[in-house]
Amino acid sequence: MSGQIRRPEEIASGGGVREFRTDVLVLGGGPAGTWAAISAAQRGASVILADKGFCGTSGATAPSGTGVWYVQPDPAKREAAMASRELLGGYLQDRRWMARTLNQTFENVDQLARWGYPFHDDGVGFQRYGSVMGPEYMRLMRKRTKQAGVKILDHSPALELLQDEDGAVVGASGLFQQAGERWNVHAGAVILATGGCAFLSKALGCNVLTGDGLLMGAEVGAELSGMEFSNAYAMSLAEGSVTKTRFYDFAEFTDANGDPIPGAQSKGGRSVIARWLMSGPVYASLINVDPETQQAMRRAQPNFFLPLDRSGINPFTDRFSVTLRLEGTVRGTGGLRLVDESCATSVEGLYAAGDAATRELICGAFTGGGSHNAAWAMSSGYWAGAGAASYARTRRVLAQPSKVIRAGKAALIEQSQRGYDPLAVTQAVQDEVFPYDRNYFRSELGLKHSLERLDRLWRKVESADKASVLHVAQSRQAAAMVATARWMYRSALERDESRGMARRVDRPQQDPGPRYYVRSGGLSEVWTRRDLQQPEARVLEAAE
Amino acid sequence: MIEVIDKERCTGCNICVHACPTNVFDTTADIPVIARQGDCQTCYMCEAWCPEDALYVAPNADKAVSVDLAALKAGDVIGSYRRAIGWS
Ligand SMILES: Cc1cc2nc3c(=O)[nH]c(=O)nc-3n(C[C@H](O)[C@H](O)[C@H](O)COP(=O)(O)OP(=O)(O)OC[C@H]3O[C@@H](n4cnc5c(N)ncnc54)[C@H](O)[C@@H]3O)c2cc1C
Ligand code: SF4
Ligand code: SF4
Repeated sequence: MSGQIRRPEEIASGGGVREFRTDVLVLGGGPAGTWAAISAAQRGASVILADKGFCGTSGATAPSGTGVWYVQPDPAKREAAMASRELLGGYLQDRRWMARTLNQTFENVDQLARWGYPFHDDGVGFQRYGSVMGPEYMRLMRKRTKQAGVKILDHSPALELLQDEDGAVVGASGLFQQAGERWNVHAGAVILATGGCAFLSKALGCNVLTGDGLLMGAEVGAELSGMEFSNAYAMSLAEGSVTKTRFYDFAEFTDANGDPIPGAQSKGGRSVIARWLMSGPVYASLINVDPETQQAMRRAQPNFFLPLDRSGINPFTDRFSVTLRLEGTVRGTGGLRLVDESCATSVEGLYAAGDAATRELICGAFTGGGSHNAAWAMSSGYWAGAGAASYARTRRVLAQPSKVIRAGKAALIEQSQRGYDPLAVTQAVQDEVFPYDRNYFRSELGLKHSLERLDRLWRKVESADKASVLHVAQSRQAAAMVATARWMYRSALERDESRGMARRVDRPQQDPGPRYYVRSGGLSEVWTRRDLQQPEARVLEAAE
Repeated sequence: MIEVIDKERCTGCNICVHACPTNVFDTTADIPVIARQGDCQTCYMCEAWCPEDALYVAPNADKAVSVDLAALKAGDVIGSYRRAIGWS
């Protein structure tokens, strides 16, 4: 640790509120948030990182582990890596962002190795630089974040952003969950790294991911992009939480009688499984795996086997019942729109990284799970940290902003209607987004019906009185999920075709016309807009 | 979901109270308690971080189940995740 680190300051406390001042405030402490915090600190910024849970265990990566889009800097290999998913992604990727993500990820993974991450080659291809164990990776990231001089606030969900009179974001306000106190952080720039939204489905590590950053962003007018790419479902043991899908590539899927289900596959045949699950159980068994490979699989993903072992199931010989849990935008690609290479959003002073941001730039319309999202989280985090640090430097002269405006609305302001029950609202949203026939298999009519109910739900949320300190975090989560579901379904309607994961049963074809992105935003009134893909971003279909 | 804190093994270090992402545990004057089991997301992180192998997370994510602590200890099931990731 160097002695020259700029530190955040606590400037006041009392009456159940603590006030801090820092150059950069990072919200969320998964891979995107920790890389952002370290990158900002390396550039001389004082940094506070606030996490809803515990930085190091919280978020999708920590309990899961990830494959990483790590490709040697050999032009032919890089070209092949970029080209390989363009068709799947419906050609919505941007080559410029793919190339810089590959570069940055390569550097960051090397950095991890230098920091002592225990990469090793298992000889069978399941481990190497191309994958990280979640607990180990995120424990290391917590340590390096602290060593960089970053002040970490755990169990400290952000509730709303703070703005100055010109609309620039100048901090955030949140809750010390375990102490029941409030915090305000005044910052030169804020990075939203709050992850995606999985609607409390209990997919592995995802119950802290409720779209909070999307709501906070939308409340200051930030734009979203690609919210139709938000119906990722991942497989787990029927009653389990471990949605690790890679080893299901070895699975044979059978029905209640033990007969193979035609066309059922984890990759390329997951919709068949979803259809089957609507009428009955689906069983999996990992077949034709030799003992040596079985051992390598156990070493590579101990968490895949954990619930199976504990349920007394041998996945290589037994048939076990599986389900598909919604991972929403976590392994989807929609999120806050970025306007430049520093990962700035459309609002001054506000940056976004990781799953809180759109990943269309590198994944297009297809899931970012499997390697791209992890690469994106570390790369976009790194860029956002740098961008926020240099922007914050320009704001340092303004020691105290003249007037701070609280941007949060739902569950945060006094109103005449009674406060809502966050559990009931959560249940109501889940009823719209969990069922396969509503979200996996979307149709114009189904989307419109869901939206009518969701809009009604939002009107209730938006006119309700502020929540007590005991319920405010849950109430904000519930509001964020309602808002997210509305952007998802409005965007799905706007995209009048099927592309990548955004399938419409009533529009099964990909539109051959000019390619566009669906932007969205707004709360009382949700809006959508089509932006044509810029010619320079366009990837060559000939590359397939 | 999280099912047990083993009173015999737990030292009251409170690491689990901090490490649980969904704030399931509360501190007490003695060892922590499972205060909000319904908020457990079955992520197994508390098990990974507990230095004493004093916690057990059952594989069922959707409802609480009863577990036999003595059998889990006898079969070395409690602590098995920490061993599998090389943390013990
Ligand atoms: C089971 C599973 C397996 C996966 N496997 C792969 C893979 O193999 N390859 C791949 O590329 N991707 C994979 N993914 C996706 C990958 O895990 C995510 O893309 C990645 O974790 C994103 O990093 P992040 O930092 O943006 O978000 P997260 O890691 O989810 O972290 C977000 C953080 O924000 C915090 N937060 C949320 N709300 C607030 C708030 N209001 N205030 C403060 N903090 C808040 C959360 O507590 C959390 O710590 C997988 C996902 C899952 C669920
Ligand atoms: S981490 Fe383990 S030893 Fe420490 S308080 Fe929790 S259960 Fe007890
Ligand atoms: S399994 Fe995860 S959510 Fe449940 S108590 Fe342990 S750390 Fe908390």
